[in-house]
Amino acid sequence: MQCDTDGFSTPGNGLRLVAILAVIILVCPAWSSAQPSGQSTDPLNSVMWKEMRALLLNNQPVVFDDRVVVHAPASAEDSLNVPVKVDATALGKVKRLIVFADLNPIPRILEMEPNLIRPLISFNFKVQQATPLRAAALGADGVWHVGGVLLDAAGGGCTQPSVGSGSADWSEQLGNVSARVWPNSEGQRVKLRLMHPMDTGLADSIPAFYIERIDLSNTEGQSLAVIHLYEPVAENPTLTLELVQRGEVHLSAMDNNGTHIQARVLTAM
Amino acid sequence: MTQQRAYLSLLLVILFGLCGQVHSGVRSYQLIPQQVAPDVYVFEGSREHFNFENGGNIVNTGFIVGVDGVIVIDTGPSKLYGEEMRRAIAKITDKPIVKVFITHLHPDHFLGSQGFANAPVVALPETVVGIKQLGEMFNDAMYRLVGSLMKGTEVIVPEVFDYQPTVDIAGRKLDLIKFSGHSGSDLAILDRSSGVLFAADTVFFERTPTTPQANVDQWIRDLKQLEAVPFKVLVPGHGPVVDDQRAIKQTASYLNWLRESLSRAAEQGRSMAEVLVPDESGNPFFSLAVFWEEYQRSVAHLYPKLEQQAISHGGVEQSQP
Repeated sequence: MQCDTDGFSTPGNGLRLVAILAVIILVCPAWSSAQPSGQSTDPLNSVMWKEMRALLLNNQPVVFDDRVVVHAPASAEDSLNVPVKVDATALGKVKRLIVFADLNPIPRILEMEPNLIRPLISFNFKVQQATPLRAAALGADGVWHVGGVLLDAAGGGCTQPSVGSGSADWSEQLGNVSARVWPNSEGQRVKLRLMHPMDTGLADSIPAFYIERIDLSNTEGQSLAVIHLYEPVAENPTLTLELVQRGEVHLSAMDNNGTHIQARVLTAM
Repeated sequence: MTQQRAYLSLLLVILFGLCGQVHSGVRSYQLIPQQVAPDVYVFEGSREHFNFENGGNIVNTGFIVGVDGVIVIDTGPSKLYGEEMRRAIAKITDKPIVKVFITHLHPDHFLGSQGFANAPVVALPETVVGIKQLGEMFNDAMYRLVGSLMKGTEVIVPEVFDYQPTVDIAGRKLDLIKFSGHSGSDLAILDRSSGVLFAADTVFFERTPTTPQANVDQWIRDLKQLEAVPFKVLVPGHGPVVDDQRAIKQTASYLNWLRESLSRAAEQGRSMAEVLVPDESGNPFFSLAVFWEEYQRSVAHLYPKLEQQAISHGGVEQSQP
C-alpha cells in the first residue's frame, strides 16, 4: 500500500491537513512504523531485536551490514537439522562471530573467535519456530556488523529429544570425531563431525547435554579458532571451516558434563 | 483543486486499506474430471507446492468406471477434496464405488479418504504402517501449509488388502505393481483394457520430484522397470498425463542429476548450506515447476548422509577419553 502525501502542502488549510494526516497515519501503521527511529533500524523488523542486542552484543555499537552474509533455506525442511553458512570474509579481520536466532527459546547458537581461520563457518542447528537468523561479526573497528535472513519453519526442533540417544549404542559413539581436510588456495578446508546428542534440556525429562567448546590449534600449539557451541546446534555437530594454513589440526572439545574429547585431524591421506 | 486531490488521495488510501481486508470467498477445489481413455478419468492438480490458494490440490487422482462399480485411485489432500471427488464421480456414473486404492503414505494422496466412507479403502501393508505412524503429523503439517480447506480432515488408515499382481475388480483386470523408491512402498496400477497406467509418485512430469522418504537408487531402478510396462497412457502422480516415455525419462534423469550433483558436492567438501544453490550452469531442470523448493528440500533429505560418507574418508587419530 502506498501512502501518497502529494498535495498537502497548501498553507491555510492547516486543520484539515492535520486531520487527514491523522487518518492516514491510522490507516497506514506499516508506513508510520517503518520510519527510522534514531539509528539504523532492523531490516528484519524483529520484535526481539532490542533484547538480542542487549543480551548478546552488550548494547555495543551495531551496524546492519550486507557484507555479513547468512545463507540458509527460506524454509526449514527439517527443524532438527537446518543448514546455515555464515560468511563475514568481506569485512576483513573479524575478532568474534556470533550466530543467533531471535525467536528460538535459546537464541544463541554458536560463537567463534577466528584466529587463523577465515571468518566463515557452516553448520546445522535446531529451530523452534519461524525466526530471524542472524550473524554478528565484531570487526577491527569495534563495531558489530550484523547480517541475517528470515527463516520459515514448522518448528519444534528445540523441544524434541535427540534422535541418536533413542538408540542402544549412542553412548559408545559419544565423542567420536570424524574429519576430513581439503587443501585449497588459501590453506585448507576442514570438516569436523563430533558424535554428540546435543540435547537442549527443553525436551521432557532430558537434561541439557551438549558440547560447549571446541578449541582448534596447529602443531605449534597456536590457536586456529575457539568455537563455543550452544544447545541449538544440531545433533552430531558438523562444522565446515576454512583455515589460512595447511597441516595437521588438533581438536580439543568439552561438553557440559565434563566429557573431554581430543583428536588429531590428519592432512590428505 | 488541491483540496480535491487531497480528498481523492484519502479516498484511495481508505479503499486500498479495505481491499486488504477482503478475502477470497470461494472454498472449493472446482474438480473437473479429465477423460484419458474410455471409462478412465483423472483429476489433475496444479504443479505448485502446497499453499492456501490451491488447498493442497497439487496431486493427480483418478477413477475407472468398471462393469458394475468404480475403482478410485488416491483420495487427495483433504476431506473436502474427497467429498468433491465423490460428487464429481457421481455426475459421471451412478455405479457404486467398490474399491479405493491408496498408492502411498503421502498426505496429498490419502487425506481425502473421509469422502469415501462406505467404500473399502486399501493400501499395501508398508503404506498402512506408514500412515499409522506419520498420518497425524502429516495432517497437522497440512493444516499449517494449506489452512481452512483442510477443515474437518481426519486420518483414515486404509486396510491392508490381499496383494496379488493381477486382480479382477468390477470387471476390469488390473496389474498392481509394487515399487519402493519414492516413499518405501509405492503402488502403480495398470488398467489392462484401456492401457492407462496410474504410476502415482514413482513418476512426476514437468513438476520437480519430491524425496522426503526416497531411496533414490531404488527409485531409479523402479523407473527402469516401469519403462517395460505396456501402457498407452501414463498418469503421473504430479504433472500432466502423457502417452509416451517422456515422464519416466524426465523423472529418472532428474534423480540421476540430483544424486550425482549432491554426491560430487559432498566429495568436494561443500557444506549443506553451500549446496542450497546448485552450481550447474547447464542444469536442464530449472524449468521444472517448483524446482527451487523441491531441490532445497531434497538437500535436507539426502545431503546429511552423503556428507557423512565423504567425511568418513578423512583421517583422524583419537585417543579414547
